[in-house]
Amino acid sequence: MNILNLEGTEDTPKIIFDNQNKVYEISGRSLPEDSAEFFQPVLDWLDEYKNAPDAETAFQFKLEYFNTASSKLILDILSKLEEVDGAKVTWYFHEDDEDMEEAGEEFSELVDVPFEFKTY
Amino acid sequence: MINKNLILVYEGEFTQDITKSVLAMAERNLESMGEESGIKRKVFNVMVECLQNICKHSETFDEETYGKTTAIFMIGKHDSEYFITSGNPILSDSVAAISSKLENINSLDKDGLKQLYKDIIKNGRLSEKGGAGLGFVDMARKSGKKLTFDFEPINEHLSFFSLKTTIPRN
Repeated sequence: MNILNLEGTEDTPKIIFDNQNKVYEISGRSLPEDSAEFFQPVLDWLDEYKNAPDAETAFQFKLEYFNTASSKLILDILSKLEEVDGAKVTWYFHEDDEDMEEAGEEFSELVDVPFEFKTY
Repeated sequence: MINKNLILVYEGEFTQDITKSVLAMAERNLESMGEESGIKRKVFNVMVECLQNICKHSETFDEETYGKTTAIFMIGKHDSEYFITSGNPILSDSVAAISSKLENINSLDKDGLKQLYKDIIKNGRLSEKGGAGLGFVDMARKSGKKLTFDFEPINEHLSFFSLKTTIPRN
């Protein structure tokens, strides 16, 4: 399974999906010009991974900020996780960032994937 | 204008690169004023939606057909609140649709906006321009206040759409 590794920039998040080291993390800021194009490799990666996933896969979402176009794609990614057996999500938010906490709660209500919330 | 404490005004072409520069400048300003992180995040949030709305919806006019069209973006601060204002030309045909969308948003309370957001994100699709149809709803949620808007006819094809969002500081 290929490693998906995108360096973060000022308007795109850092993404590492690495099955060898068991790291699955999206972090930073997300406000790309074209969110569908930017996140397509993540959806493609999950489409392949769901065919032979580990017994458990812990996906970490550690976002500082995302725009509304990204939120639509984040929901697409989370929906894709419903097809990955053993997937779970840890949603990180800064301890004083109620909006990010609420955003995570809303996503957790929209998809059927176990969510855990942590502050950083 | 001066006693309203403008922090930043930009008029001209709007692109993703310009959006990034404007955001960086505004962030640096808020930083230097020592603004609280929660307020800074909300202001940043509204600025992004506003700027990307202009990028997506204001760039498609052909100057020969429609005349010169420029957009404006500004952010300012009163004692008790920040305000983020944008103005850009739109096709007059779309005034009714935008107006009813904003009126609907303004008629909703916090829970109503949350429900609308969830309905759109769940059932909506990205537009050809890559918008999720969530920008105004998100701006209203981050603001907690009504959105102020206006449409002024420019010529037979276009209207100038202005939108103001306020972020209370406490």
